[in-house]
Amino acid sequence: MQIDRKTRFLTREEAIYFGLLAAVIFLILPLALDSFRLNLFGKYLTYAFVAIGLVLCWGAGGILSLGQGVFFGLGGYAMAMFLKLEASTPEATAIQSTPGIPDFMDWNQITALPWWWEPFNSLAFSLIAVVIVPVAFAFIIGVAMFRRRVGGVYFAIITQAIAAILTILIIGQQGFTGGVNGITDLRTLKGWDIRTDEAKEILYFVNAVLLFACLFAAQYVRRSKLGRLLIAMRDQEDRVRFSGYDVASFKIFVFCLGAAFAGIGGAMFTLQVGFMSPTLVGIVPSIEMVIFAAVGGRLSILGAVYGTLLVNWAKTTLSESFPELWLLGLGALFIAVVMFFPNGLAGLWSEQVMPRLRKLFAGRGAGARPPAAPFPANSASAPDSPAAKAAAE
Amino acid sequence: MSIHQTSFVLSVEDLTVSFDGFKAVDGLTFYVEPNECRVMIGPNGAGKTTVLDLICGRTRATSGSVRFKDQELLSMREDQIVLAGVGRKFQTPSVYEDLSVFENLELSFPRGHGVFGSLFFRRDAEVKDRIQEIAETIFLADLLDEKAAFLSHGQKQWLEIGMLLIQDPELLMLDEPVAGMSVAERKKTAELLNRIIDHRSVIVIEHDMGFVEDIATRVTVLHQGKTLSEGKMDKVKNDPKVIEVYLGH
Ligand SMILES: Nc1ncnc2c1ncn2[C@@H]1O[C@H](COP(=O)(O)OP(=O)(O)OP(=O)(O)O)[C@@H](O)[C@H]1O
Ligand SMILES: [Mg+2]
Repeated sequence: MQIDRKTRFLTREEAIYFGLLAAVIFLILPLALDSFRLNLFGKYLTYAFVAIGLVLCWGAGGILSLGQGVFFGLGGYAMAMFLKLEASTPEATAIQSTPGIPDFMDWNQITALPWWWEPFNSLAFSLIAVVIVPVAFAFIIGVAMFRRRVGGVYFAIITQAIAAILTILIIGQQGFTGGVNGITDLRTLKGWDIRTDEAKEILYFVNAVLLFACLFAAQYVRRSKLGRLLIAMRDQEDRVRFSGYDVASFKIFVFCLGAAFAGIGGAMFTLQVGFMSPTLVGIVPSIEMVIFAAVGGRLSILGAVYGTLLVNWAKTTLSESFPELWLLGLGALFIAVVMFFPNGLAGLWSEQVMPRLRKLFAGRGAGARPPAAPFPANSASAPDSPAAKAAAE
Repeated sequence: MSIHQTSFVLSVEDLTVSFDGFKAVDGLTFYVEPNECRVMIGPNGAGKTTVLDLICGRTRATSGSVRFKDQELLSMREDQIVLAGVGRKFQTPSVYEDLSVFENLELSFPRGHGVFGSLFFRRDAEVKDRIQEIAETIFLADLLDEKAAFLSHGQKQWLEIGMLLIQDPELLMLDEPVAGMSVAERKKTAELLNRIIDHRSVIVIEHDMGFVEDIATRVTVLHQGKTLSEGKMDKVKNDPKVIEVYLGH
């Protein structure tokens, strides 16, 4: 009766699923797609970083942020600033009235590089900023909100407002940020041309490796006692508090972790797509990212990756043929998921498909084990979650 | 006449909380000694739960003082109060339904309570042995791997008591631990409580008079946020004021 309660990093089943996703991302997609389409999927995968963070914050911890685009954007802008400075050599910008500064600054009658742009001449600084800036910003928001016990719908609305404010700020400060066009015309990374097909292919794989690093980090958190505490907090916050935990610090931590993931995703977006703009920061992309996680399954980090790929692939395919229908379709999809499949594709897989497959193979006497739910579902809170309300608006 | 004597585990003095002018607890003073089991009784709405809420920091007091072994609790955060040694069971059972009984107990194990402490927490033999030991005490040893959602009401109450026991608090506060239990469960719980109140101070809120008589060292009768009577059970039981507002019906 002595049951082994080891906390394994991956169960055998999870290891298989990780392996399958690795096969899809490292083998199947690169082999099946031409370099244009592969780059497109590389772009989709940068959103998956955000979705993984949302699984931890929202699925596990019950903290719904509708402003993850902010962190994606901050990471993306940090990377874009470095690339823009590298592209703005005095020779390349000789025709400007002030050569050596980014073109959009020159257009806005700015005559010297602002002091806060200076450090972005350094690649090392910029790479650190890709993670640190979103984390620092998330930390400030987290302390301000969670210490005051702001949560639920209020938190969701505030994060959404922050996304809106940041977008307006970026657009308004055109001379410093490139305004509504964003930071464009990025060329090289330490002299390496990132616009070639070959470079894009390499960046796709760099992105994939980083994605798996984040997946492993997320898996470690889920497996740790902190992961179980998040679930406990989602269901019985007071009980956790009165078991001697400072609930706010755990929320701040997971929110910052999600921001770090999003920042890395944003930087990889900039590198692969070649620009960064406020359209990736605001309310709409932030909500879309929540939908990716919801469709994939907000309790499953792997599900979030599949959900991101699937929704984006559908978006590209459908919006090519029916551009005006896409947003409607996305909204309907979200409502359908929240109402009928609260655990998304991952839930559908582990609750519907797997049990049937097991039954099918049970006859052979294989030791059938119950499915290991990625995160125990909180079915009660699913239909009336803030996201559902937000979607209904 | 405030007594600044350190021999008390808990000294509550002039404790008052006002909700928009309504004083749910009004100038309450009482002291709990080491190893004492203090039972609080009183009609519905008397303010019993609110007193526990004030002690453990869930509700902020309007005025007064709550000292636990020379620490002023009123200025401390909830989790700091818990780590100082005050455990609290809620009136409705609150356990983590999505986690197993084992995991429920593990989260209360007094180690790794910081962010990084819990990130790098190791489930070692000490943890497992202690959980096994507690599980046997609370009659749940065979259900360690069961999800807490599948437990009966009484079992959930026991689990929550177990979650407190594993913290090993010096002061244990229980809000109606036998409410909603079957007769058999009640008996088992009384036996359980008698065992665990042995070497610690306990404040219990309870309506069941038979149960109270069984475990109480002293009794405080609360009425409209004030002490109506206090002392040994047989003294309180025969107090005409108590009979009038509480025991009479
Ligand atoms: N946060 C609050 N805001 C306003 N009023 C409150 C609050 N908490 C408690 N009260 C009121 O204070 C009074 C005391 O409530 P309390 O829950 O402490 O009673 P109780 O003695 O535990 O009763 P019961 O036996 O029913 O559990 C009640 O009238 C209640 O409505
Ligand atoms: Mg009560």
